[in-house]
Amino acid sequence: MKALAAYGSLFRIRFNSGIQYRAAALGGVATQFAWGFLNILLYMTFYRENPEAFPMSLASVVSYMWLRQAFLMLFETWRTEPQIMAAIQDGGVAYELARPMGIYGAWYTRILSSRISGMLLRAWPLLLVAFCLPAPWGMTLPVSLSAFGLFLLSLVLGTLCAAALVTLIHVLTLVTMQPQGVRMAFNSLAELLSGALIPLPFFPPVIARVLALTPFATTINAPLRIYSGDLAGAAAGQAIGLQAFWLVVMLALGHLLLRRALRRTVIQGG
Amino acid sequence: MRLYGRYILMHLKSQMQYKGSFFLLIFSQFLTAFSALASVYFLMQRFHRIDEFSFQEVLLCFAIVLMAFSLAECFARGFDRFPAVLANGGFDRILVRPRSTVLQVLGSQVEFTRLGRLCQATLVFCYAIPASDVVWTADRVLLLILMILSGALVFFGLFLIFAGLCFFTTEGLEFINIFTDGGREFGAYPLSVYGDGVLKFFTFVIPLALVQYYPLLYLTGRSDSLLHALSPLFAGVFLLPCFLLWRIGIRHYRSTGS
Amino acid sequence: MITLEHIEKTYRVARRNAGMGEALRALFHREYTLIPALQDVSFQVADGEMVGYIGPNGAGKSSTIKIMSGILHPDGGTCVIDGLTPWKNRREHVRNIGVVFGQRSQLWWDVPVIDSFELIRDIYQVDAAAYRRSYEELVTLLGLGDIVRTPARQLSLGQRMRCEIAASLLHEPRILFLDEPTIGLDAVSKLAVRDFIRKINQERGTTVILTTHDMQDIEALTERVLLIGKGKILLDDTLDALKARSSHTRRLQIRYTGALAACPAGTTLVSQEAGQAAFSVDTDVCPVSRAIEALSRQVEITDLTVENISAEELVVSLYEEYAI
Repeated sequence: MKALAAYGSLFRIRFNSGIQYRAAALGGVATQFAWGFLNILLYMTFYRENPEAFPMSLASVVSYMWLRQAFLMLFETWRTEPQIMAAIQDGGVAYELARPMGIYGAWYTRILSSRISGMLLRAWPLLLVAFCLPAPWGMTLPVSLSAFGLFLLSLVLGTLCAAALVTLIHVLTLVTMQPQGVRMAFNSLAELLSGALIPLPFFPPVIARVLALTPFATTINAPLRIYSGDLAGAAAGQAIGLQAFWLVVMLALGHLLLRRALRRTVIQGG
Repeated sequence: MRLYGRYILMHLKSQMQYKGSFFLLIFSQFLTAFSALASVYFLMQRFHRIDEFSFQEVLLCFAIVLMAFSLAECFARGFDRFPAVLANGGFDRILVRPRSTVLQVLGSQVEFTRLGRLCQATLVFCYAIPASDVVWTADRVLLLILMILSGALVFFGLFLIFAGLCFFTTEGLEFINIFTDGGREFGAYPLSVYGDGVLKFFTFVIPLALVQYYPLLYLTGRSDSLLHALSPLFAGVFLLPCFLLWRIGIRHYRSTGS
Repeated sequence: MITLEHIEKTYRVARRNAGMGEALRALFHREYTLIPALQDVSFQVADGEMVGYIGPNGAGKSSTIKIMSGILHPDGGTCVIDGLTPWKNRREHVRNIGVVFGQRSQLWWDVPVIDSFELIRDIYQVDAAAYRRSYEELVTLLGLGDIVRTPARQLSLGQRMRCEIAASLLHEPRILFLDEPTIGLDAVSKLAVRDFIRKINQERGTTVILTTHDMQDIEALTERVLLIGKGKILLDDTLDALKARSSHTRRLQIRYTGALAACPAGTTLVSQEAGQAAFSVDTDVCPVSRAIEALSRQVEITDLTVENISAEELVVSLYEEYAI
């Protein structure tokens, strides 16, 4: 219980400092709103061009875009924790060993909390506006209560998955000491593969099917498509199952790699 | 101009100190732009045309905007990174030197690694220029160059606005991204695809369409209006309010000292 | 010639409180606090003078320097430096001044120092002959021979600070502002930097205004001291005059064996530990010789030193006197 309390207070500190930046949050909301709106306009034009070629319903694409903008902070894989990265690069990681809590847990908590606090400030004004917009542009309600329940479950799993993926990126940076360049290229790829740029159904069918199985698809793809009913029934169940599977894999892998990397650091006396 | 040349030389010398990571960064910048290209490719493969523009014409537009953006990002990086300069007091140093502040900020950062994106744009041009149905007369080649250069100036103006606003607040400036990063992302398609309102906005407020959509009409033979051909020149007017804001920002800084 | 008259400056600072509720409330409403940074600051500095500008952090030192170097507009008052108002004629004015910010480098990290120098030459548009002359002079004075061919990142802090000062002097300014030039340096480097500042002042007749927390800088370099506290000039006098104010105080330190029972009249015990004691002696009441005599009657004195009060202590006592 004590350990849990420590994570709790760590969460609270990050949460508070995240919520301080008021104007930053307002600016962020405006940006994300405009970004979503322009995207929707683009897809509408494509829809008019050729409705048959559209792989999802227009309404579900619209909801997908608004949800993506609202929950962006949860899923951005490129947004690393500057403090942790700095500790990795200047060797300050050694000090973290002195703390009584597990270092993986501490990192994971920090990453998760700064994402959630960032999202909480930004999501509600955006969703509020998105729901109020008139028909073609506005966000639709979930198709059913059960779909909404599945969406919430998938959203929680997706958030945990994204934080696990980002923690894994930090761990890999520690293990390989790879320069920033490699991470940038990786992040850009992750953005494409997770459905942050275009929803997976807009990829050619074969590619889309393969991508749906990757850990990248556990973040944006699963919850957002479940919400709009694009993934329903067995497909939704499968997506949630995959999320749970990848979450366990990524957590375990991150934990293991970090422990090995730290043991090496200790032995080297660095 | 001589001084700016000296600045560029210094940055090149500095960055070449770390050759390995320098080329790695250029390469990863090159790869980074690839995701955006892939998105355009997949969507255009599925729908073939958008708002009467073909895939090759969209690519032309994509490459023009990407090239303009990476030029601006490479050379005007000092304005993009301006919050850091303000935070560590670097602007005081600039103020105690007898040269123009804009020149000094421009000189403070030159990111050659951003040219990785430029390589990608060049590659796309290599495909799109011959593949599009454009008849490449001398005036059209000139117009293409003009579009890229004016585009870079528009992005430069946006960076300048961003830096000018930094004098008043360092928070909440994220919204500029919608015009800079957003301009690059959404400028991949001719701006008419977003409808009339957006097109008007990008004509009269942030004149991105003047270096993209209108001259593209002339380039692809959809219009032979001289106004369309010369529209990139009008985009230069945009720099005036940008400079004005910069000056107001400096005045504010010098009266508050923070 | 530097003349400041009735300079006033007030800052407006947004208030931000901790806590979740406060943070949310700050979304909609912001409160400001007015902080007077400078109040009626007036002084003059003659050509070729070296002046130490001291005061605790936040007292207004850097605001004054910023106003004199043309960075900051004051709210009121006048400042004329060599016939120019710094904030009105920024570009002309800054040609005549050099500024060293002790904690911020103007050297390029990854390239040899000489490249930074040449960039500065181009920034100030110094012509080739004048640059050559100034450069040679500085390199000789500072002993920078090999150092200038090394990238700044490979230099020690002391070497870098010397290059930093040289960089601010390449365009031969008539006035040099030094903001904590010896901060973080080791003892040897401090001596080198001070030596150099003195030489520049002598050779070029450069006016030097120096802010520092290190009283040895002041003692070694300046004859005149300006003390600022809470935005006001509290004291403007020579260092010797300041010392004279406390000339009736001496510090007496002894090593002894035996039990120390009481302080002789006119002395106060400053510190005492295992066989050592330090006293502050008021010589008006009790000459040092009498104090020693009185002490030796109580204990066996094995060693003793008598010192003037140091500049450091002088400043501490000044701070206390003015309650800043």
